[in-house]
Amino acid sequence: MGGFPILSIMLLVPLLGAIACLFLEAKQARLVALVATLIDLALGIALWVNFDIGGAQWQFVERADLFAGFQWAMGIDGISLMLIMLSVFLMPVCIGASWEAIQKRVGEYMAAFLLMEVLMIGTFAAQDIFLFYIFFEAGLIPMYLIIGIWGGTDRIYASYKFFLYTLLGSVLMFIAMLWMVNEAGTSAIPALMEYDFPAGAQTWLWLAFFASFAVKMPMWPVHTWLPAAHVQAPTAGSVILAGVLLKLGGYGFIRFSLPMFPEASVQFMWVIFALSMVAVVVTSLIALVQHDMKKLIAYSSVAHMAIVTVGLFSFNVQGLEGSMIVMLSHGLVSGALFLCVGVIYDRLHTREIDRYGGLSINMPKYAVLFLLFTMASIGLPGTSGFVGEFLSLAGIYQVSSTVAFVCTTGIILGAAYMLYLYARVAYGVQKNEDAAAMPDLNMREMWLLAPIAAVVLWMGVYPESFLAPMRSDIAILDARLARAAPAGDAHLEIGEPAPVTEEAEHGGGH
Amino acid sequence: MDFATSFGLIIPEMILSVSGLILLLIAAWGGRESSQPVSIASCIALGAAFFLVAPSVCAGASGPDTLAFGGQFRADAFAGMAKLMIYAAAGAALVVAPAYFDRLKAMRPEFAVLVLFATLGMSIMVSAADLLTLYIGLEMNSLAAYVLAAYLRDDDRSAEAGLKYFVLGALASGILLFGMSLTYGFTGTTSFEGIRMATADGLNGGMLFGVIFMLAGLAFKISAVPFHMWTPDVYEGAPTPVTMFFASAPKVAAIALTARVALEAFGTQAEAWQQVVIFAALASIVVGALGAIGQKNIKRLLAYSSINNVGFILVGLAAANVSGASAMLIYLAFYVAMTVGSFVVVLMMRDENGEPVEGIGDLAGLSTTRPLMAWCLLAIMFSLAGIPPLMGFYGKWMVFQAAVEADLLALAAIGIGASVIGAFYYIKIVKVMFFDEPADVVKAKAGWEHWTLLAISTLFISPIAFLITGWLGSLADMAAAALFFAA
Repeated sequence: MGGFPILSIMLLVPLLGAIACLFLEAKQARLVALVATLIDLALGIALWVNFDIGGAQWQFVERADLFAGFQWAMGIDGISLMLIMLSVFLMPVCIGASWEAIQKRVGEYMAAFLLMEVLMIGTFAAQDIFLFYIFFEAGLIPMYLIIGIWGGTDRIYASYKFFLYTLLGSVLMFIAMLWMVNEAGTSAIPALMEYDFPAGAQTWLWLAFFASFAVKMPMWPVHTWLPAAHVQAPTAGSVILAGVLLKLGGYGFIRFSLPMFPEASVQFMWVIFALSMVAVVVTSLIALVQHDMKKLIAYSSVAHMAIVTVGLFSFNVQGLEGSMIVMLSHGLVSGALFLCVGVIYDRLHTREIDRYGGLSINMPKYAVLFLLFTMASIGLPGTSGFVGEFLSLAGIYQVSSTVAFVCTTGIILGAAYMLYLYARVAYGVQKNEDAAAMPDLNMREMWLLAPIAAVVLWMGVYPESFLAPMRSDIAILDARLARAAPAGDAHLEIGEPAPVTEEAEHGGGH
Repeated sequence: MDFATSFGLIIPEMILSVSGLILLLIAAWGGRESSQPVSIASCIALGAAFFLVAPSVCAGASGPDTLAFGGQFRADAFAGMAKLMIYAAAGAALVVAPAYFDRLKAMRPEFAVLVLFATLGMSIMVSAADLLTLYIGLEMNSLAAYVLAAYLRDDDRSAEAGLKYFVLGALASGILLFGMSLTYGFTGTTSFEGIRMATADGLNGGMLFGVIFMLAGLAFKISAVPFHMWTPDVYEGAPTPVTMFFASAPKVAAIALTARVALEAFGTQAEAWQQVVIFAALASIVVGALGAIGQKNIKRLLAYSSINNVGFILVGLAAANVSGASAMLIYLAFYVAMTVGSFVVVLMMRDENGEPVEGIGDLAGLSTTRPLMAWCLLAIMFSLAGIPPLMGFYGKWMVFQAAVEADLLALAAIGIGASVIGAFYYIKIVKVMFFDEPADVVKAKAGWEHWTLLAISTLFISPIAFLITGWLGSLADMAAAALFFAA
């Protein structure tokens, strides 16, 4: 595809769709939005097919000097490719999920979603640090409108909280970016990734970027906007929020914080570990006592994202690959779980867990899919969740067995709250008549959930498809981090099978 | 330099003053009926001046060739760029005024004439190369502005605004004059070049007092904290087209003038005034943001917003380098567009009887009743809040980049952090328009001139304008270079 600006086209299609939707009636707007997102999905598949695995680090590069101070620079590596795929895959699902649930101001709603798609793809594909910031930050506008206009009862509070939290995080990062560009003399991300900033400055720069990405991630204790935003957002809004927006934080760490500030990353490693350990345990326990299904899943997202951060900051290939897979898997699984909540919310208009019960009797198809996603969220082998969590924890174990130990409890607690949720919703007696009378999944809902289920199983059974494009990029990152990587406490000898006797001596020593 | 060349340099000002005088005569004899032709003629005069200034801006005029009347007046690219913004903003005020005043049967030809004279004053201000020119320009602008604020004689609020503006403006002029006299006394000259040479070896106590008092007087004109108290009252009380004028053109003029005084006359002693500017910048950002939060009247809110914006522009001045001056001009260009756009929306807010409404609550649900207007105001509000990809963000980016280049990292970090407070009230307006139940107050139809202005200003701050940043940036860089070349 030499010379064909496929990334710009992927931005242009939904943008044109968004503009068209603003002026269209509800019916046509839905159609236009669906077509635009499907075209983008097709383009995304073309992107993946044409991506040269093991080829140049940056592919599909486009550069144009259109602006003063920064460039229209696009290009992707394997990491970006996977996250773009996640976005374009979830977008048609979001449009489908809002097909009937959204009845007021449909045109504006679809426009906001298409705009989100533009900005998300732009964020992952931007090769200029300012272009990245523009896409990264502009997402606030459509998301603010989506939560505020189509949200639930407390939507205003949630939209304010979302907007101001994330804005405050980002503006400090912007000053850091200005300093970096001033220092390095370039705003190209690939060049900045190889530039060695003085170690003293790295500390401050890392903190500024951390302020932004920690909020986006979200890490404990700045996660409080997430449950508020999730609960109030419409189903599709939650899917996008959990599926893609939360990945912006992880993407930021892997694209900026780690390669640009390796020394500072090690310096602050324990901050990340401490916050993540607290997050895993505390938010899992909070999830255990929720009455609202969406809140429960929102808190579980925070716990999963904590696994991502520890994986990222384990400074080895396993951890980095694992956290990428957790991000992809969480994007699919939590998106699907929010859809599952949306399905029954559309029927009964409540998210109270107590109002349901015994749904496996009257909604068997729903119960099966919901069970699959529940298991994937727990990390059952064979599902995508297992691959990611296993790799991340294997990565972190090489650095600190204590952290690995604490984070593993998250899996156990995760099983507890997810199974408890599933048991209360799908099993037991049918205590509520209206819940018992709900019809099973219709065709549209099947079409939304089945593809996600297929990908979840695919990623669980053969993760190589997803790991292969990222492998060389993660190896480059690992090499970049090698000079700063901390010595682990586990003293693992990876790749050299030890004699049986020695294993008996050392095994379980930590 | 001979007289003819000097006159050649002031042709735009000549056009403004001569047409102002002629139109004043026409107004005196023509009476109320002549208001429309006088307005149109004033617009033409402004347009002519605009196109006469434009070439010097595009060419980046600088150096001794731009100096007129033995160093009294400087028509360089920096002044030119400010003049373009001033003329455009004044023209916008003239265009929207008739619809507002006709309803009150208050449209009189002297309105246009007063705007012309105020514009002439501003034009002289930004070209000042001497303390005397500075003062003449400033007072010419101010006197016309006092009358404009009190233009609706029968309206108590308008009269109050005029009086307040006059009393406090006179006080500020006094402070400014005091500073000027100290400067003159200790340097022995009134020309900026002379002051620059006299202060090259450092400031003595008197000179320091002089520059501080001058900056204080100018801070009043640009409504920077702590000299901002008059702004909300005057903005609220003055008729809305006049408020729009006050918030745009004189701001540009006074800021350009401040930049000239600080960077040209006292440019060698930047450390002496930098702290003052940094304080004023941060205080304006914070006070502007906090003050706006509780406001219920949209004009008062926009007044605080303009205080807040001045703070950001002063960040560029505090950098005291070429990129800072260039950033100020870029920021001002987008600020003028945002101000004109937001006040056009305020002018369009009229109930079914055509009476203006000014409450923020009256905007409730505007997105369903008046979608186009609501989307435009949404863009303007997010732009004012500095959210990318709108151009308000680009302006902030430029000033903070200059601050970072000048190693003012703490200023940049605190300033941008405080901008989040400002974002709170901008998104509150969006919330009222988009999330609240429709109040359905805004009913009256707006004329084409409002829509045109709104469309132009919204387009100018929309992401499309990123495409002109290269061109705008080079113009601003040349203008800033001219300022420093003069210095």
